[in-house]
Amino acid sequence: MRTIVKYIFLDLLRNKVVLVYAVILALLSFSLLNLDNNTAKGLLGLLNITLLFVPLISILFATIYFFNSIEFIELLLAQPVKRDKVLLAEYTGLATSLSIAYLLGIGLPVLLMAPGMPALILLITGLLLTLIFSALALLVFVLFKDKTKAIGASLVVALFFTLLFDGFLLTFIYSFNDYPIDKAVLGFIAFNPVDLARVLMLLQLDVAVLMGYSGALFKKFLGSAFGSFYSVCCLLIWVGIPLILSVRLFRRKDL
Amino acid sequence: MIEIRQLIKSFGKFRALDDISLSLKGHQAISLLGSNGSGKTTLIKSILGLVIPESGSISVNGKEVKHGYSYRADIGFMPQIGRYPDNMTIGQVINMVREMRSDVRAYDEDLIRDFGIEGLKNKVMRTLSGGTRQKVSACLAFLFNPGILILDEPTAGLDPLSSEILRAKISNEREKGKLILITSHVLSDLEGLASEVIYLQDGKLMFHRRVRDILESAGEEKLNKAVAKLMRSVSHGGEEK
Repeated sequence: MRTIVKYIFLDLLRNKVVLVYAVILALLSFSLLNLDNNTAKGLLGLLNITLLFVPLISILFATIYFFNSIEFIELLLAQPVKRDKVLLAEYTGLATSLSIAYLLGIGLPVLLMAPGMPALILLITGLLLTLIFSALALLVFVLFKDKTKAIGASLVVALFFTLLFDGFLLTFIYSFNDYPIDKAVLGFIAFNPVDLARVLMLLQLDVAVLMGYSGALFKKFLGSAFGSFYSVCCLLIWVGIPLILSVRLFRRKDL
Repeated sequence: MIEIRQLIKSFGKFRALDDISLSLKGHQAISLLGSNGSGKTTLIKSILGLVIPESGSISVNGKEVKHGYSYRADIGFMPQIGRYPDNMTIGQVINMVREMRSDVRAYDEDLIRDFGIEGLKNKVMRTLSGGTRQKVSACLAFLFNPGILILDEPTAGLDPLSSEILRAKISNEREKGKLILITSHVLSDLEGLASEVIYLQDGKLMFHRRVRDILESAGEEKLNKAVAKLMRSVSHGGEEK
């Protein structure tokens, strides 16, 4: 399995899309961090970019990459190797390269210009989102046979978590605001990795109260330390579940 | 070497393979014929474990296909369309497969030499023509000296010279006692090479016969004419074995 990961990684290292992704992230980081003397503001800007673009780009790029690799996967499977291994190797190679692109693009500038705990949390957030949305792409790849439909599904998944989910949540909160629904809302947030990531970061920046309902709730009910721990655990589960599902479904998939 | 019993596979309502039973032995080059959509590729993919049949069984060298993957160590596969990661070089692809099969030490590099792949080692897969990619696929299929070779439309994109090299290699390997299964819709390409013919139509096995018998019973000298005659008689006169 390590062999396959290595060669997929070498392939993606020379992929132009990954390169451009890293460069654009780096340009954004430098400009946002230079804009203001207050690095917290710059970090918030980067957080918003991370929350919006990392899921979208990770899931779309990964879906397209997996579909373009179908014939290659068949060739690998003609060798005496387990299906699980080939699929996980594909995922690992891809997720590693996207993570490194993110670390170079955002991580390097941030650590140079605004080192500290919040910067570190931002990087962890971005990494987890990369892993989660690549895993969701893998699930989409295993579920669909047709590439065009799969790309559509990936778009829907990314938009659902970055935009639509919050809309539903707000509607829910608005319609039931006469009832004590705070805990229920906390539970709902666990269903959206992007919200979890936002909460994780906001708890660190100490602006939770300013940054909306969910952040304030987390601070109030869970406190910074436990709140962070809770969201990281949920995010890790978000990596694990799509991966486990993909592997199980892939065992029975016709190629 | 390969035993297939009552194999059935459907995609939705479409029956891709309908009750196929075959027994394939070594020392043979078997030509798997059939029109597009007749189930040739599905049959090959079932043997490789890429397609999972609903019922029936396949065993390769006595090992059941559905019970594991180790049987594939003795199969070399050349796919119809060879697509590789865009930025890998030919050298990397060959090295990767070699590293995956660290159990094998002796390589069969005849084709790498005859196709002149060595000189293209640093070429990136994205820049290669279809024919060159076919050559890489062929090299990989023969690399570990497997006892069974499964070649899906092997000569489709090759120039006449390379096609001849591959033919020579195939006939050479057959002499050594290997089982070679070739799908093709161009029969003339394989004339003189195939020792048996399997003909599929709409997922059903129409016949599996020795080339010599086909020629004799049809009273023809050319295999394609004889097979065409047989196909006509089979599709009019029902199944014949």
